[in-house]
Amino acid sequence: MLSVLISGDRPRSVVLGVLLMAILIGLATAPFLFPGVRSLETAARICVFVVLVASYDLMLGYTGIVSFAHTMFFGLGAYGVALAVDGMERGFVPVVLGAVLGALAAAVLAFAIALFSLRVRAIFFAMITLAVASAVAVLVSQLSGLTGGEDGMTLRIPRELTPAFKLLNEPVLGVRFNGKLLNYYLVFSVSLVLFLVMLRVVNSPFGRVLQAIRENDFRAEAIGYRVVWYRTVATCLSAVMAALAGSLYALWLRYVGPDTVLSFEIMLDILLMTVIGGMGTMYGAAVGATLFVLAQTYLQSLMGVAAVALADVPLLPALLNPDRWLLWMGVLFILSVYFFPTGIVGRLRESVRSG
Amino acid sequence: MSDAPDHRPTMAAVSFGARLDWAAPWLMVPALILLGFFAIGSMSSWLTLTVSALAMGMMIFVMASGLTLVFGLMDVINFGHGAFVSVGAFVGVSTVLALGHWAGAPSLVLNLLAVGLGVLAAMLVTGVLGWIFERVIIRPVYGAHLKQILITMGGLIVVEQVIVMIWGPDEIFFARPETLKGAITFAGAALEKYRLLAVAVGLAVFVAMRLVLRRTRIGLIVRAGVENGEMVEALGYRLGMVFVGVFIAGSALAGLGGVMWGFYQEVITAGMGEDMMVLVFIVVIIGGLGSVEGAFIGALMVGLMQNYIAFLEPKAALISNIALMTAILMWRPQGMMPVVKAK
Repeated sequence: MLSVLISGDRPRSVVLGVLLMAILIGLATAPFLFPGVRSLETAARICVFVVLVASYDLMLGYTGIVSFAHTMFFGLGAYGVALAVDGMERGFVPVVLGAVLGALAAAVLAFAIALFSLRVRAIFFAMITLAVASAVAVLVSQLSGLTGGEDGMTLRIPRELTPAFKLLNEPVLGVRFNGKLLNYYLVFSVSLVLFLVMLRVVNSPFGRVLQAIRENDFRAEAIGYRVVWYRTVATCLSAVMAALAGSLYALWLRYVGPDTVLSFEIMLDILLMTVIGGMGTMYGAAVGATLFVLAQTYLQSLMGVAAVALADVPLLPALLNPDRWLLWMGVLFILSVYFFPTGIVGRLRESVRSG
Repeated sequence: MSDAPDHRPTMAAVSFGARLDWAAPWLMVPALILLGFFAIGSMSSWLTLTVSALAMGMMIFVMASGLTLVFGLMDVINFGHGAFVSVGAFVGVSTVLALGHWAGAPSLVLNLLAVGLGVLAAMLVTGVLGWIFERVIIRPVYGAHLKQILITMGGLIVVEQVIVMIWGPDEIFFARPETLKGAITFAGAALEKYRLLAVAVGLAVFVAMRLVLRRTRIGLIVRAGVENGEMVEALGYRLGMVFVGVFIAGSALAGLGGVMWGFYQEVITAGMGEDMMVLVFIVVIIGGLGSVEGAFIGALMVGLMQNYIAFLEPKAALISNIALMTAILMWRPQGMMPVVKAK
């Protein structure tokens, strides 16, 4: 049963298995295990980013395509929901409709970009996505009449998903049963389903072809697979998943803005999570996203504390300043591409094989 | 059994269009300028716009030339190229600001001296930085595109953050040196002095590059290396060394472009290199990866499109570059002047 659910892709390492179970259980019981607003926000962010990073890995790790437009697809999903909710009556219909339209738009755009760049040279794709993504980001911030510009948009989500909606009057185990909780479990369960779907995809014959293309596209073509077609489909699929993750994120935050869904920083975060967790495995996405979001939320404030505590030591406070976060992430990124190209998951699996 | 097909040679003259094919990219720029003239209608605004477009195009070309050559030569795609633009701008502008009394004096000689020193400092620093970048970041990942893209992107972040660490996170506003301010009037059109200077510098860089590539021995080796590196190495040249030289020169040019762009905008930010990278990539793709001439034409076209459309239809200017790129790629999927690889 479990084997069917995870599409026969076993963790193949006890430590990794335990880690994944811990992440799953932790996220499933987050409202009860870690009460508090901040931890619930973190848990929801982890859920969304697991899907987002997994969808990116579908391109980067499985097919060997580098894209810098993943935030654009993420943003399309988020803005899709925001615009639909803005234009229609409050309820679940506009949310679903917006998510579907956003995903559709992402697929069409991904198809167009792929058609132009993948046909010629895979390396074009990286550059063209960078150009298109930045154009879209500028467009969104300029078209303030439609998108709210830099200020973004606040969403009127269905009442059932807001804290004002009460399921039970009394808290159970110290947790209030309100719409916020429902919203969290909606995000959690949709994320889980999307993740399992992607796990199914990469372990299907289609996924195997993608891996073959990553390893040697010339050979894959020679065997008789149409490389361009497979790459294009993988790109579109990845874009759709990213858009759905964006829709979830918009629903959870009840807000969309260029900084939260479109900025280049988020693109870098995604890259880091993918590489740190391990390219070419869906579990890497789960591990990478969880660790990174946790570090981002808690380590960054720890850095600030450390900087204050070490104020007398020369140089150290300047390096530990929370503003230096991105610097350290960049260094970590370079080092991990050099020394841990297979990421945490790859390392764990290797140690099992050699041991 | 059917007869073998009759092999009668046919003599067909090459059509006029086909003979013009090689020149088509070169004709794009004058055609675009002409088109702009009819679309805008007013002589003076057309002249002002064209000069600023050419200035912008030249600056982008200076930044893009190194990137495209590096790619052609070693198949290395450097996403961190924008870092050199930022570093160049910060070093150059800081130098000029430090020479404030020279830059503030109303003397052309002193002003140019200050700017020249700024440019020199910027190119020196970015050249050295390029050398380190090549050694530390790119050397270990030759031949692996995926890793190259990721690693150089990481390098870009780190360099940008170091800039933020040294110069602070805020943008720096400043004024150009005295004699480079203002404009001269020509045929009723106000032409900014600095833009004319930028056009001249860009043109000089292009001509110098062409001369080096076409007329010197090292240029010959570089061009041969772009076409077939293995063969050049088999003939006994150490292409690796040549490549390091080209990389350093390309980085220094990016630094020069950064200084020029900084003085053009009169504001610099750590993220400017990243923003410029988008334009540079568009230019390199339009021109054909690896082609210096292609990058030159592409840069001018991007500059012209952006300026004309910003004047005619400001909202459309945001996507004009993407539209241009799409159109060119539909016409020539490899870019306008793809480098022919003898492999």
